[in-house]
Amino acid sequence: MFLIYCPYCCEHREEDEFHAAGQAHLSRPLDPDSLSDDEWAKYVYFRKNPRGEHRELWVHAAGCRKFFNVARNTQTYEIYATYKSGETLDLGDKPEIGASGSVLNLRKADAPWSSS
Amino acid sequence: MMNQHQLRAQQDNRLASGGRINRKKPLTFNFDGRSMMGYAGDTLASALLANGVDIVGRSFKYGRARGIMTAGVEEPNAIMQIGSTESTQIPNIKATEQSLYNGLVCKPVNGWPSVDNDIMGLFGKLGGSLMSPGFYYKTFMWPKSQWETYEKFIRKAAGLGRSPTLPDPDRYDHMNHHVDVCVVGAGPAGLMAALSAARNGASVLIADEQSEFGGSLLFSAETIDGKAPMEWVQRMVDELKANPAVILMTRATVNGYHDHNFLTISERRTDHIADTALDGMTRHRMHKIRAGSVVLATGAHERPLIYANNDLPGCMVASSVSHYIRRYAVIPGQKLVVMTSNDGGYQCAIDWLETGREVVAIVDTRKNPDGSVSEKAGQLGIKVITGSVVIEAKGRRRVSGAVVAPINDGGSFLVGDTQLFECDTIASSGGWSPAVHLSCHTGSRPVWSEDILGFVPGNTTEQRWSAGGINGGQSVATCLSEGLKAGQDAAGAAGFDQTPGVAVDIPATASGNDVHCDAMPIYLVPHSKTCSRAPKQFVDMQNDVTAAGIEMTTREGFESIEHVKRYTALGFGTDQGKTGNINGMAIVAKSLGKSIAETGTTVFRPNYTPVSFAAVAGAHTDLLFDPQRFSPMHKWHLDHGAEFENVGQWMRPWYFPKGEETMAEAIEREQLATRNGVGVLDASTLGKIDIQGKDAREFLGRVYTNAWAKLAVGRCRYGLMCGEDGMVMDDGVSACLGENHFLMTTTTGGAAHVLSWLEIYHQTEWPEMDVYFNSVTDHWATMTIAGPDSRNLLAKLTDIDLSAEAFGFMDWREATVAGIPARVFRISFTGDLSYEINVPAHYGLRAWEALFEAGKELNLTPYGTETMHVLRAEKGFIIVGQDTDGSMTPYDLDHGWAVSNNKPFSFIGKRGMNRPDCLRTDRKQLVGLKTTDPMAQLPEGSQAVRDPNEPIPMTMVGHVTSSYYSAYLKRRIAMAVILDGLQRQGEKVYFPLSSGEVIEAKICSPVFLDAESKRQKV
Repeated sequence: MFLIYCPYCCEHREEDEFHAAGQAHLSRPLDPDSLSDDEWAKYVYFRKNPRGEHRELWVHAAGCRKFFNVARNTQTYEIYATYKSGETLDLGDKPEIGASGSVLNLRKADAPWSSS
Repeated sequence: MMNQHQLRAQQDNRLASGGRINRKKPLTFNFDGRSMMGYAGDTLASALLANGVDIVGRSFKYGRARGIMTAGVEEPNAIMQIGSTESTQIPNIKATEQSLYNGLVCKPVNGWPSVDNDIMGLFGKLGGSLMSPGFYYKTFMWPKSQWETYEKFIRKAAGLGRSPTLPDPDRYDHMNHHVDVCVVGAGPAGLMAALSAARNGASVLIADEQSEFGGSLLFSAETIDGKAPMEWVQRMVDELKANPAVILMTRATVNGYHDHNFLTISERRTDHIADTALDGMTRHRMHKIRAGSVVLATGAHERPLIYANNDLPGCMVASSVSHYIRRYAVIPGQKLVVMTSNDGGYQCAIDWLETGREVVAIVDTRKNPDGSVSEKAGQLGIKVITGSVVIEAKGRRRVSGAVVAPINDGGSFLVGDTQLFECDTIASSGGWSPAVHLSCHTGSRPVWSEDILGFVPGNTTEQRWSAGGINGGQSVATCLSEGLKAGQDAAGAAGFDQTPGVAVDIPATASGNDVHCDAMPIYLVPHSKTCSRAPKQFVDMQNDVTAAGIEMTTREGFESIEHVKRYTALGFGTDQGKTGNINGMAIVAKSLGKSIAETGTTVFRPNYTPVSFAAVAGAHTDLLFDPQRFSPMHKWHLDHGAEFENVGQWMRPWYFPKGEETMAEAIEREQLATRNGVGVLDASTLGKIDIQGKDAREFLGRVYTNAWAKLAVGRCRYGLMCGEDGMVMDDGVSACLGENHFLMTTTTGGAAHVLSWLEIYHQTEWPEMDVYFNSVTDHWATMTIAGPDSRNLLAKLTDIDLSAEAFGFMDWREATVAGIPARVFRISFTGDLSYEINVPAHYGLRAWEALFEAGKELNLTPYGTETMHVLRAEKGFIIVGQDTDGSMTPYDLDHGWAVSNNKPFSFIGKRGMNRPDCLRTDRKQLVGLKTTDPMAQLPEGSQAVRDPNEPIPMTMVGHVTSSYYSAYLKRRIAMAVILDGLQRQGEKVYFPLSSGEVIEAKICSPVFLDAESKRQKV
């Protein structure tokens, strides 16, 4: 069960409130009718399925209903960051996989369990 | 019945003093029909041992007598069916985990007619040696048709307990927690971690599976600060309890460790009191923890050594003997032989000797043990035989002797003669296996440590620490210092750095860090005969997996430990191989000539120990299992005898039977009343989305296939929605409420998906558009009046002009209906004159009743979804999801009229439906079917063929999507998708049914009624 930071609500919430909506950063071609069948098929049907870092679109379905981007690791299930749709994120300074606390670093600020 | 005194006297193995039991609180219980007594503080297992019970079960495959082997959750043998009544039966409870309560009734899950005289035991003796690994695969595979017969016999003979046949009388619930630090296990390491984290200011939750905190200290011979260790435990518990930011849980097993530090704890709240919960209490509670940091202080399980007949009652794990003596004041035998590969095994002999009973010998597998405990054993006069092993236990119903022989340095073969020692208990220790299970649940693989001869937790991406026995820590001192550090680190990572002045000191222990394992790597003890010829050497007691069986498995070619596990069932029992797995892996490694590190371990998954289904379900049962949605008129439907069908979560009236009517009679009456007069349908469940904004109209044009640019205020239009692949996804009527304001309707089941669909396109593709969506499905009650008399009915309730000129087909008007503000849409899903009246939901029932008051003389007839389906099919209206299946374009449905290719924007679905494959004209297309015999019933889903005489397999050309009896047309009608169907009107297709019957039908238009659409436009 993921704990996901909604970049619109600015809160961490349980995975129950969210739905995954597939690969992120896919843009609908501006002029679909000018595309070849192959090009169109690539847009409609072909998706990445990497082991490791991946960008996904999620929606806060039982919350603000906003779609946003999640940078996460499909192997370790770490979430590196979440950011609004329309934004991009360079993970150049992303913590190395396995580095202690990499998930928490992104969520400590307003951790729901924080007693302070 | 025996009296209390006689029962008390039965406890031959109970010590006169000591232990953490309350002798002032005697408890009676019943085991396998026999009345016995124990004390408060006992487990069922300790009470059984106190009463001298040797045989507590029969083995799964061979029916061999089995006794209690351990004192904890790792127990493979003592598995009980508990419960005094039918409704409170619980199967597969480990006697070592079950606290004793007054009136407890239990019996072993295996053994018939009783464990002492077991019939399977005879089979086992005759056929047992034939039951090799893979026995079931090899024996019962042929002939395949007989499997069901075999299975019945095997299940009956095998059974592990049974479920109650009556409903559970108890309640269960869930609870959520958010804490800075969650500590798993309350032994020395866990308590120290909790204390240091709490002193740093972190909120802490500490949970332990046992009835009281202390872990190994509950039976430890160690001292802390010069006093008994439980005094220290009490001080720790007192301080933690006094801290409001600390939650302490006993009888609470952390069973799952999930991503992002999410843990599940199953708490048994009343299982120690009675077999049913007290008033007002829940019996089990599932806690869901989200923790900043996690400290695993789960300890370790001692491994037995594997020798011949090691499953005889009286064969035990060494530390559990100490556990029974020191915690429960129960000594499980008279004469003890200990076999150990490490220093740890000596303590059990010392504890045994102190009770005054005889220690025959300690058999140490090592040539030169030199630890402080071995010295102490020598000083106490215990006979120590070094460089030797117990190769075999003798005895029938209980151990009567141990066969001892010297071994070579490597422990792989015998180097001298055997010697028989008379004894009734053999305690063995092969070292400790850290309880790494939870550390593996999030995908982290454990790592083999040669130092401690066990797997320890591997790297993780979680904010997780471990301390004590789980890391291979042996001494109390090590556990305390590791716990302190882990607690501080865990709190620090959660934002609570060490607070000055509240530092935690590590208390002094008697033996300090001196205790060391110094274990010899030995798992399977050699025998004078080869493994396959020696008496059985059990690795996994619960599943009767032997060393010979594992060796055979590797000879048969299985190399992966995961395959060996599945072929032999090693570790498959309710104990999940907590005592046997490492020994099994060691045997696999040895027979493959690999190291244990290379062989690796199987994957540990949740749950750590069995969890009741009731705890998992919590309160989510019966009506709370899944939400149900009701229309505002639901009460009326109930009062009028409606039969309901579930549509998603909605409960929709299916039909309204009158008196003794059958369903067929009711829907015929409903159809005819609606076609000839007026009927009313509750359509409140249709999805309704309010769309506003200056780009609302353009947005509709992009998501619908047809044109919206010119739809005037006050008008409605049918819209078809496709995916990017060009396939029909949903349909419905949308109304123009204002220049920048529309109301979209969707199918009942598609409402949530369509809203999400609009939102994702708006937010991710066209955020510049000024448009807003709001689900208003529940805001409106919708009643559809249909039939030639519907105008007359509506006229009685409203003042607006209903003439065809003033209020035409596909218009909508604001109106007051029965005094209630309403939107009336003149749209039709029946093909007849029809109005859809929408009123605010809380007026729904009132408006509905007003319709019936006004409709009395018109014989207004309520109809349900079944009649709705028939009436729409008569007119050829599709139902998305029934007549379509995600592979149909609008053209396949002959709905080309609903596609506007002239729109400037390339609407969703346009490019997709123009792929070459979608442009073929011979695709499966929606058509009507008229059976040659007008009353022949085509089952929905029937496959169509063009030539019924073609040999099987025939060429299938489509299937039936909808099939009904039309009362108005007095014949059966059907819709189907047929290859090239649109161009084959008038041709015949055939439907061979599984019964052998072949139904002949003619392809026709799906519009069976009023092809000119005159009826709806009157």
